[in-house]
Amino acid sequence: MRKFLILFGREVSSAFHQPLAYVVLFFFLIVTGFNFQAGVTLLNTGAGTVTMVQAFFNTVYFWFPFVLVFPLITMRVFAEEAKMGTIETLMTAPVKDSQVVLAKYAGCLFFYLILWAPSLIYFVVFQEITGVKAAGAVGSYVGAYGMLVLMGLLFTAIGCLASALTDNQIVAAIISFAAILGFFFLGLLSFLLPSTGTFLRELTYYLSPVEHMMDFSQGLFDTRPVVFYISSTLLVLFATFHIFQYRRWKS
Amino acid sequence: MIKVEKLTKRFGGFTAVNGIDFEVQKGEIVGFLGPNGAGKSTTMRMLSGFLPPTSGKAEVAGFDVFADSLRAREHIGYMPESVPLYTDMRVHEFLRYRAALKGVPGRRLKERVGDVLELCGLQDVEKKIIGNLSKGYRQRVGLADAMSHEPDLLILDEPTIGLDPNQIRLVRDLIRNLRRHHTILLSTHILPEGEMLCSRVIIINKGGIEALDTPQNLRAHLGQAGHILFDAIVPDAQAAASALRALESVQSVSHRADGEWTVFTIHPAPSHDPRESLYRHAVDNKWRIREISRPPVSLEQVFAEVTGGEEI
Repeated sequence: MRKFLILFGREVSSAFHQPLAYVVLFFFLIVTGFNFQAGVTLLNTGAGTVTMVQAFFNTVYFWFPFVLVFPLITMRVFAEEAKMGTIETLMTAPVKDSQVVLAKYAGCLFFYLILWAPSLIYFVVFQEITGVKAAGAVGSYVGAYGMLVLMGLLFTAIGCLASALTDNQIVAAIISFAAILGFFFLGLLSFLLPSTGTFLRELTYYLSPVEHMMDFSQGLFDTRPVVFYISSTLLVLFATFHIFQYRRWKS
Repeated sequence: MIKVEKLTKRFGGFTAVNGIDFEVQKGEIVGFLGPNGAGKSTTMRMLSGFLPPTSGKAEVAGFDVFADSLRAREHIGYMPESVPLYTDMRVHEFLRYRAALKGVPGRRLKERVGDVLELCGLQDVEKKIIGNLSKGYRQRVGLADAMSHEPDLLILDEPTIGLDPNQIRLVRDLIRNLRRHHTILLSTHILPEGEMLCSRVIIINKGGIEALDTPQNLRAHLGQAGHILFDAIVPDAQAAASALRALESVQSVSHRADGEWTVFTIHPAPSHDPRESLYRHAVDNKWRIREISRPPVSLEQVFAEVTGGEEI
């Protein structure tokens, strides 16, 4: 555990040692701020049936930076060490491969959570100024942020896998971007398919982040997406671990 | 300290290391000499636990480096050839992180980092960012990292490559001072370095061990391949050469002119030294002599001999 914490600390500090972190944080704030503004506008024009939390987590302005940010967070983690050769000193220290993989993954996840933390302030400010409740119930917050974390688990793992595949950060970013975007569009199919109840419709619902977020931000809890995100995260991490070992042993 | 048996590494169809055996005792400095691509780095990577071997086995401090890798690694300080470092960290941060990662307990970290900083002469730059350091300093940071957890064995891959002569001297002095506390396995293709630093030398070529001995023994063993320089003024070079050739224990003689002097290069018969008879012969014939000498065989000649390559 001590080794894991040391490695995790190193991952977090190295993330914040590079200018990219601040560029990402900066633009992320701008886009989420814009998203918030769009949510307020939506409420103003009086759709009436949605709360602020729902409006915030279900716009295009939410999904656009959401999908884009994972490759930027994760492209570095394995690719950079492989390129610089530091993987050699890292893996000749008495640490387990699994500790390294998990610490790198946890470091990326931590950065992802830091990115989203300021958004909580928006809702506080919203309530203070308008006097309107931002969510129907606490469950709405729990659902929305819970889903944010669940999706983060899987997509960060996909990014780590892509980074473990190559020495080149750009290639890693493109692979993870393509994979995440492909998965995301697969979920969007559920809006194109007309009839409910068919197998394909059910399947795409099962895979659709957009629908998951819609339900969870209303405070509707469904175990299926939870199981889906956690199990597929474990699968992707397992694959990452093996690719990481394989590439080293082959080198 | 190190025990290697039939260690082999193949990459696809290419055999980088081919069934080598050797042992290193505690307190030795052993040099791995060999041309580029001989398998030095691959062997070191296997010993440090980074690469698994195709077959064979290696032990460090009694632990198998593959089956019991974590415990073996605790006894090894490894510095790869390229000296990879985290360029975004400050020197003392990096050493602290590495020492902690390699199991130095928290309460001893400060002392340990202070020790290696001092040992490697890094106090002036401890607060600098590694990315801004010169190559010589980076090399020393790498060395400090390798010994940060007080390992029994240091594996140093080309520790002086790419340094200027002053830095090379500093690193060599450092390594020489380390021999008191550590067993050291280092690789180099600079032969005088192996000769200066190492108590034993392993010459490796094309994945196999060609020779393994002390530098003195290697030279003595091949000493007979040495030649004698004989510099004199003779009336007729051709005639003198054939006269010398007729001497006992002389195998062959070649000569060239140097102004009025003639320089003979004489190859003696194995384990014979004809210098005295050469002198007598010169005196008898009233030749004027400038030099009779037997230049010591360098490790480079030994190396060329063993690896079958040209002298470098």
